[in-house]
Amino acid sequence: MADRAGPVTGRARVRAGVLPVVGAVGRVAVTRTGIAGVAATLAVLALTLGTVAAVLIRAEGGFRIGPQDWAAIRFTLWQAALSALLSVALAVPVARGLARRRFPGRAVLVTLMGAPFILPVIVAVLGLLAVFGRSGWVSQALGLIGFDPIGIYGLHGVILAHVFFNLPLATRLILQGWLAIPAERFRLAATLDATPRDIARLLERPMLRAVLPGTFMVIFLICTTSFAVALTLGGGPRATTVELAIYHAFRLDFDLSRAAVLALIQLAMSGAAALIALRIAVPVVTGAGLDRSVRRWDADRLALRVIDALWITLAATFLLTPLAAIAARGLPALADLPVQVWAAAWRSLWVAGLSVAVTLVLALAMTLAIVRHPRMGRWMEPVGYLAIAASPLVIGTGLFLILFPLTDPVALALPVTALVNAVMALPFALRALVPAAAEVESRFGRLADSLGMTGTARLTRLTLPRLRRPLGFSAALAGALSMGDLGVVTLFADPGQATLPLLLYRLMAAYRMDQAAGVALLLLGLSLAVFWIFDRGGRVDADV
Amino acid sequence: MFHRLAIFAALAALPLALPAAAQGKPVLTVYTYDSFVSEWGPGPAIETAFEAICACDLQFVAAGDGAALLARLRLEGTRTKADVVLGLDTNLTHAAAETGLFGLHGLGDVDFDMPVEWEDDMFVPYDWSYFAFVGTRGADLPTDFRALGASDAKILIQDPRSSTPGLGLLLWIKAAYGDEAQAIWEGLADNIVTVTKGWSEAYGMFLEGEADIVLSYTTSPAYHVIAEDDDTKVAVPFSEGHYLQVEVAASIASSDKIELANDFLRFMVTDAFQSVIPTTNWMYPAVTPTGGLPEGFYSLIVPDTALLFGADEADHARDVALEEWLTALGR
Repeated sequence: MADRAGPVTGRARVRAGVLPVVGAVGRVAVTRTGIAGVAATLAVLALTLGTVAAVLIRAEGGFRIGPQDWAAIRFTLWQAALSALLSVALAVPVARGLARRRFPGRAVLVTLMGAPFILPVIVAVLGLLAVFGRSGWVSQALGLIGFDPIGIYGLHGVILAHVFFNLPLATRLILQGWLAIPAERFRLAATLDATPRDIARLLERPMLRAVLPGTFMVIFLICTTSFAVALTLGGGPRATTVELAIYHAFRLDFDLSRAAVLALIQLAMSGAAALIALRIAVPVVTGAGLDRSVRRWDADRLALRVIDALWITLAATFLLTPLAAIAARGLPALADLPVQVWAAAWRSLWVAGLSVAVTLVLALAMTLAIVRHPRMGRWMEPVGYLAIAASPLVIGTGLFLILFPLTDPVALALPVTALVNAVMALPFALRALVPAAAEVESRFGRLADSLGMTGTARLTRLTLPRLRRPLGFSAALAGALSMGDLGVVTLFADPGQATLPLLLYRLMAAYRMDQAAGVALLLLGLSLAVFWIFDRGGRVDADV
Repeated sequence: MFHRLAIFAALAALPLALPAAAQGKPVLTVYTYDSFVSEWGPGPAIETAFEAICACDLQFVAAGDGAALLARLRLEGTRTKADVVLGLDTNLTHAAAETGLFGLHGLGDVDFDMPVEWEDDMFVPYDWSYFAFVGTRGADLPTDFRALGASDAKILIQDPRSSTPGLGLLLWIKAAYGDEAQAIWEGLADNIVTVTKGWSEAYGMFLEGEADIVLSYTTSPAYHVIAEDDDTKVAVPFSEGHYLQVEVAASIASSDKIELANDFLRFMVTDAFQSVIPTTNWMYPAVTPTGGLPEGFYSLIVPDTALLFGADEADHARDVALEEWLTALGR
């Protein structure tokens, strides 16, 4: 641990351009990185603040934020904070278990456990209710031994659902933190006979200190825009979130200024949360290693094995049982799915592919700029997180207002869906990429600089190969999220161009709940497949 | 460089999303809600039937539901491409008329088969149904709002701020109870399992057994009888009467195809259009087709009293009722 300060000095030297020649060459590359980063940031700003501005410009008259809106803001913040806190707290022991255990089926389990996060809301809610609802499996089991059904509706229901959605993401992000600790550290710890307590103090806690604030923030942001989940499981208008207040302003009163102002409040809350979290987070400084996978000599004790097994089993049961319910419900209908399903599935895959490409381009441009230009990055990174907190309804409306005078928005429905989905996935990509890229800079930056390795060569030979795992994860998330998202463009969806989630809603609206359940299972399968392919692709030769 | 690539990718993908060019025929653009144009809605059959007689290309444009449809129209204003808007209901027609975008239909007297007299020179109804609570046959279900509030029956409703039926229930109770509406809601508060964003969520949850009854339509059981041969779902008759939903269409005054638009409205009240409605939209046709209704529709409950606010009253009652609803359930 003696060399802890090493990389930091290294980065400082690069920044100051201590070696004159390298500094000069470095500056050229730096400028291009900076421009790409700024361009990507501006694109995100256009989609978030730009769309709100478009709505505000179109709005007439002043606005009034009433007591009901304040109640919605309070509820939104409160449930989001609780949900994020609980998700993160539960994810730590689960991620620790997964990080230090090897067992058959572990890779499949990690992928499957990620599924709740990428499910369309309505599918996930029905899956949850099949287990925890008034006539769900748990209530039925309780009924057999003479107890009343459990009441899932209320603040606890909202939080249960949000933990169900976000525990997988929290686990993955924290697991990546664990896997990013160089194997040499654990090897060294083993030779020094370090106890699990020592390892926690010296290796794991500093890592958690770096990873947890960002993870908390991302989940907090996701939960702030919750609407259908919060309302349905919250049991009524007490569970009114800001997004629902925006719906109210837009649909019932057509009060665009109030809708836009509420959207701005939502963005401001999230911007503030992002700034605070990024301030609190301490960059991981684990020191240079040789990039090997982790083997843990310290975790061979029986007690630790039992604890890990318990946590993994609990999390897997909680996350997988509702998925099993979705599968069981959808399986009988798979045989007679309407033919339109296949065209819709193809369209969804196409949109997902485009989203993945756009996410990777934006995320990479921003990541490199953030890492190489920390001063610029301080402002760039929070902007990247804004999209997640943008009101889908306001983005859709704003885009519509911007596009309508120029062209037929309906014709652009699918590309716009892909673009918006890409920006929505950007925060997760940044969460995964920025720490990894910072690590690459701190470990190999000095070497690359001394070799005069810049530009494309540095990107393709050094950075990209080292970022393969987080890149794969980002692509996987972007693709899967895009598959499951209804998109913000329902305001101008093309009737003949339904994606799979839209088709699912159409089937439900036409009373065809059985076929809808079949489509839900297909969607779950396809999203998982997309996730798995990209995620695996990012670590073909890794053993984790 | 990355950026240029992304833009290129987006542009290259564009042609896939562009609709096929019309083949020289005049295009009639009809804005409607999504479930109308879906593969299982009335849209496809109606498009075929109208194109067979109009020498035109009928193109549907879909936007969410009725409220989203009106919002979109307001965003577009006079530059709208719509010639006809189909899918507003009586709770929206007041606001719709105020936009000044709609023209008069000039259809003359149409002999509508509806429980209320219809006199409106702007909006033409094409289907209707009563809001109702749907439950399971044989269950002992309360038959008025007071009894429902006193019972321990579990109900699922939709949020009036995001859903058409949700707003319908608000007006139903307001129309039936006036100043007592808030007290009725307070009585119902402990019966309400939850409030959902839209109809689909609530109905889906009901079918999965989350509640005894769900807010839907008197015509909902017809779907189960006709499509699934299942007569276990019934609408519960309420002694206060049932609130009506009447779905309407109107032409856009500034349309350059106003003749064709009016032809469409005229076609809308003929058998070719009306006979499609019952088994696709699962509503009563506004004019009963010559062949009558499908078999399953005759077994449905028929409320003694139909409740309906006039367009202006509905607009005012809505704000008051929403306030009462939030107060009663918000605690």
